[in-house]
Amino acid sequence: MQLIFQTLLQLRRMNIRHVIYQMAHLGVDTMPIVFMMIVFTGMVMVWQATPALTRAGAQSTTGGLVALAMFRELGPVLSAVVLAGRVGAAITAEIGSMKVTEQIDALRVMATNPIGYLVVPRFVACILMTPMVVTFANLMGIAGGFLVATTYTNVGPYTFVHSIETFTELSDFTGGLVKSMFFGGIVAIVGCLKGMGAKDGAGGVGNATTSSVVTSIVWIFVVNYFLSTWLFR
Amino acid sequence: MEPLIELKNVDMSFKDHRILNNVSLQIQPGEIMVIIGPSGAGKSTLLRLMIGLLRPTAGEIWVEGQEISHLNEEELNKIRRNMGMVFQYSALFDSMTVGDNVAFGIRQHTDMPEDQISRVIRRSLRMVGLMGKESLMPSELSGGMKKRVGLARAIAINPKIVLYDEPTAGLDPVMSSTINRLIMSTRRILGMTAVVVTHDMDSAFAIADRIAMMYDEKIIEVGTPDEFRESSNPLVQQFIYGVKNHCIPVRRRASE
Repeated sequence: MQLIFQTLLQLRRMNIRHVIYQMAHLGVDTMPIVFMMIVFTGMVMVWQATPALTRAGAQSTTGGLVALAMFRELGPVLSAVVLAGRVGAAITAEIGSMKVTEQIDALRVMATNPIGYLVVPRFVACILMTPMVVTFANLMGIAGGFLVATTYTNVGPYTFVHSIETFTELSDFTGGLVKSMFFGGIVAIVGCLKGMGAKDGAGGVGNATTSSVVTSIVWIFVVNYFLSTWLFR
Repeated sequence: MEPLIELKNVDMSFKDHRILNNVSLQIQPGEIMVIIGPSGAGKSTLLRLMIGLLRPTAGEIWVEGQEISHLNEEELNKIRRNMGMVFQYSALFDSMTVGDNVAFGIRQHTDMPEDQISRVIRRSLRMVGLMGKESLMPSELSGGMKKRVGLARAIAINPKIVLYDEPTAGLDPVMSSTINRLIMSTRRILGMTAVVVTHDMDSAFAIADRIAMMYDEKIIEVGTPDEFRESSNPLVQQFIYGVKNHCIPVRRRASE
């Protein structure tokens, strides 16, 4: 809580250049992994769901089902898990290695607040980039589902797209984006907190990195439940 | 003359482990004070207290007439702008080039234009004998070069006080001598006050105006190099001449 409070206090001194660098570094580099994961998730979802929907005579709802799941849960949560594994781990490893090699002390000696210099740009970059990653993930997930639906099942392209229009609302999409901002904040804060707390050399950095990923993922799932009940009631 | 740095009855403990016990020391403007003592005596802790990286458990620390032990980080940063520190393992920012390391403090705290910053980088690196190395990364440097970049980084902002933590540890005699000359020239040319923590007695005698020896959580003697050579204190004699007797026990186990 103290780190969140100090980060918010330091926001007024945010260095835009550092934020943009972190957005490119943390966000753009994550896209290929998210693409691979979410496309196949969309594909397998349709592959598994269509037979059951066909038996119930509801195969025309396939597109809506995929889009709803992507917008509300799969896009934000799976992207956040990838971010925790890739970005959260990278943040902890970088800050942790700075901690054990006295670089954070060097920052303080040079009258530079480590929270303002290291945490704030990562926090802001994660909060801004995660919705962009999730938007991309949503589109790619639906595209994966569309590919399987139109290739291997009887659902036509028009039916697929029409069911998305019928079964989803803008609030499904925006709600997912709001959730993703919280998830981005969790990944950044946990990553920085664990990095700042690293000690005992390279082994300590490794332990902090593992702990960062696990803690972020657990918090993402816990917070996801409460956000979902609040946003999609 | 009012001391530039003054420690008054400073105690320092980590959990139940006491590091410093009622330590008092004055450092005058423009002097080179060398702090010696066996490993674990609390020398580096003393240095970190002077720049506010640690806070004392009890006592007062005065820097430039201001008591710093109760200041918050923002207030400490104002004091730190007049201070530099050379770390034992250099602590260079490994994701930045040598030039960016040297320019870090200037870029953070001034609006100096880039062409002027480049001149400061070149001047600082020339002083430490590393001219033309500004585009190298720290991983491409030897230990001695890293120490010198650390020194260039510390002096680039023109501080009044520079703190050196084991500046010659792990260096060959030629490089140690180079570092010693650099410490003396920062005082002679730039008028900086220096506090140097070291085990290296040759280095201590070469550069010190005064030496303080720490032993068993306390400062047991303060004096000029000549006074130290002639000291009647057996602990001081044993430490500066490396004689093995029973004053400073050789610890084979941490628990002993």
